[in-house]
Amino acid sequence: MIKQYETVFIATPVLSDVQMKEAVAKYTKLITDAGGEIVYEEDWGLKQLAYPIQHKTSGFYYLIEFKASPEFVASLEVQYKRDERILRFLTVALDKDAVAYAQKRRENKNKKAAEPQAQPQAEVEVEPENNQED
Amino acid sequence: MAAVENNEIRYLNPPTVEVRKKKYCRFKKAGIKYIDYKDAEFLKKFLNEQGKILPRRITGTSLKFQRKVAQAVKRARSLALLPYVTDLLK
Repeated sequence: MIKQYETVFIATPVLSDVQMKEAVAKYTKLITDAGGEIVYEEDWGLKQLAYPIQHKTSGFYYLIEFKASPEFVASLEVQYKRDERILRFLTVALDKDAVAYAQKRRENKNKKAAEPQAQPQAEVEVEPENNQED
Repeated sequence: MAAVENNEIRYLNPPTVEVRKKKYCRFKKAGIKYIDYKDAEFLKKFLNEQGKILPRRITGTSLKFQRKVAQAVKRARSLALLPYVTDLLK
């Protein structure tokens, strides 16, 4: 049985870009090697933590959506626990509403990424209105 | 004339009639089915200043979605997207 999952992990902020890519590659490889399929990846970059974890106040967030068998998730989490670079992780199974939401979220992200040329025009239109209000 | 006036009830201050707005579940109204734990800004609407989850009687959320809100908030907390305890969250 194949289910869709979503995993977010927080890596230590001391990693360089290369090390971070290496860590991500390790987990994506782990998923694909186990016969899983990666649906989506998202790098949230360096973010401030809401509270310190292991005396660190920031971390690299990374999101992976994947399809795999339930047995695989346990082995993925074991790998997370063994990895000193990982501060925190969360793996969640997605039900059908969540899958629909994730898809919509992805489309919105893609749209935003494709739209930077359209945005400056919109800003120009808005500015005169703001001046009137002032 | 005088008898008619006596029958009328006079108020010094106009009586305040409380028109209470009916609370509603925003998820049912908007047709939202999944509550995302990754969206911390949205979840903050359901927290008080100390970062505690607000009760249903204040937010008006239906039981079904209150459970989902709670689940999402707790997931966000474990990922350090939201604090467990704090002051002046908003």
